[in-house]
Amino acid sequence: MNSAALLLRYFSASLRSQLQYPGSAIMLGIGAFLTTIIDMLAAWALFDRFGQVQGWGLGHIAVFYGVVSTSFALTDFFTRGFDVFGGEFVKTGAFDRVLLRPRSPALQLIGYEFRLSRFGRLAQALLVLFVGAAVVGVTWSPDKILLLAWTITGGVALFTGLLVLQASFAFWTTESLEVFNVLTYGGIQAAQFPLSLYAGWFRNFLIFVVPLGCVAYYPVLAILDQPDPLGAPDWWLPTAPAMGFVFLAASFLAWRAGIRRYTSTGS
Amino acid sequence: MPQILVEDLAKTYRVAERDPGLLGAVKGLVHRRHRTVEALRNVSFSLEAGELLGFIGPNGAGKSTTIKILSGILRPDSGTVLVNGRVPFTDRIAHVSRIGVVFGQRTQLWWDLPVIEGFDLLADIYRVDSARYRANRDELVDLLRLAPVLDQPVRQLSLGQRMRAEIAAALLHEPDILFLDEPTIGLDAPSKLAVREVVARLNRERGVTVLLTTHDMHDIEALAQRVIVIGHGQVLADSPFETLRANVLAERRLIVDFAHEAPDVTLPGVEIRSRRGQTLELAFDPARTPTPTVIAAIAAAHEVVDIHVGEPAIEEVIARFYALHGAGEA
Repeated sequence: MNSAALLLRYFSASLRSQLQYPGSAIMLGIGAFLTTIIDMLAAWALFDRFGQVQGWGLGHIAVFYGVVSTSFALTDFFTRGFDVFGGEFVKTGAFDRVLLRPRSPALQLIGYEFRLSRFGRLAQALLVLFVGAAVVGVTWSPDKILLLAWTITGGVALFTGLLVLQASFAFWTTESLEVFNVLTYGGIQAAQFPLSLYAGWFRNFLIFVVPLGCVAYYPVLAILDQPDPLGAPDWWLPTAPAMGFVFLAASFLAWRAGIRRYTSTGS
Repeated sequence: MPQILVEDLAKTYRVAERDPGLLGAVKGLVHRRHRTVEALRNVSFSLEAGELLGFIGPNGAGKSTTIKILSGILRPDSGTVLVNGRVPFTDRIAHVSRIGVVFGQRTQLWWDLPVIEGFDLLADIYRVDSARYRANRDELVDLLRLAPVLDQPVRQLSLGQRMRAEIAAALLHEPDILFLDEPTIGLDAPSKLAVREVVARLNRERGVTVLLTTHDMHDIEALAQRVIVIGHGQVLADSPFETLRANVLAERRLIVDFAHEAPDVTLPGVEIRSRRGQTLELAFDPARTPTPTVIAAIAAAHEVVDIHVGEPAIEEVIARFYALHGAGEA
């Protein structure tokens, strides 16, 4: 059985485990929907008070937020294994079992859990994205839909990279590093506002270190048919999401180094 | 070539040390001290296909380190390891497809899934052909008497049922070699017997090579043709169990019930081990003082009701052996 088919098998097994407690999954899903709505309420309160900031309105913010939040929600479905990696795999030695199976460790960790309850976050993110796009008058031509899909794919790669990196550090710390939540959840908060609003050093951080700007700000400008107020060339805007994949590839280098460490120290 | 070949295996760990208390924890952040622990030094042995080997030694002796290296989880610092002609840790995927591993204290099944669904998933993970899988699974279910629990989630199984399910799970892909790390730990007596019976049958009928670690000497006595004793990271003995027993403790026990108060017995080479009412427990070396001589001498001098000849308990043999080699708890 090839890897893709095996993943589906893992996911269906995970769903069946979760459906042993169907109420729990539904309540968690509704909870995620409601709590993420609050993110938007905060932005709404801000723009209700000030109207526009540097020409950006609430509709624009909703599109930025919706894109990055959709990417994160999709990532969140299948990266639970990396998220809890330190506590559940390294500390307990359960990673031994992963190494004893004739499949790649990353594949097995993705298969660890498919989080049903993340539908709530995804539904909220998509709702905000398309309502925002309607408010600012985006017309969804086929090339724009393709660009949106490409942007979200790059975002999924970036967030997956962050979680792989978090898990890689756990090989050394044996704990899941909560500090990475600053980058994931904090990243969504940061990426919902246009990069042009931020100070230079923070902008550079979001472009060159953790390239959240490349999977939200730049491609969303292209979707909104706006040039970059900071002067990035037009060809760059739809190309930028590729940085998500560069980040993911770099994370896997750390992951490999971590596995190497594990097999030479035995946790 | 032997199926498992281990030569001059060495492995050291660096263990971070810190002073106790909060201050120690803070100091540890700034300046780390490390202590080097030699888990294995110059371990060599080989195993032919179809052998059943018991691996014993005190906690921290190096048993688990050896199993981890053989199963490809850990890299040694130096030395040669070949299993089925492959180096386990460089050829991990090919290697682990051909071995089965059961850790007594860890599950490889899915806690919330019925046993049968866990088996199905494992068959896909190991790419087992579906017809072969079904035939093999049915045989294992039968052998391990798992039919009544197949539809139950793993979390509802008793420890004994779970261990039997674990063993079946480790064999679904028909491995040539089975590593069992403390398979009977915490089991009740009937479950222990069931596990031993199954392991013996697998070895006998399917020719599966078995490498077993345990603290339960009855596992070793019931199963292992050959025993390796490991202590302080070294192989202390590698021999058939009976040879080990004979070498380490060439001692007979004679328990004599007298018709009267147990008398003082003074025979050359015979020690009194205990005295309780009319019963006396004597110990002697049968090579120097033949058992019939001892019995004859006692029966001639006293009125004897019953005599029982025995050997020291296995636990005692092993404890003696560790003491002899200075290999107590490491």
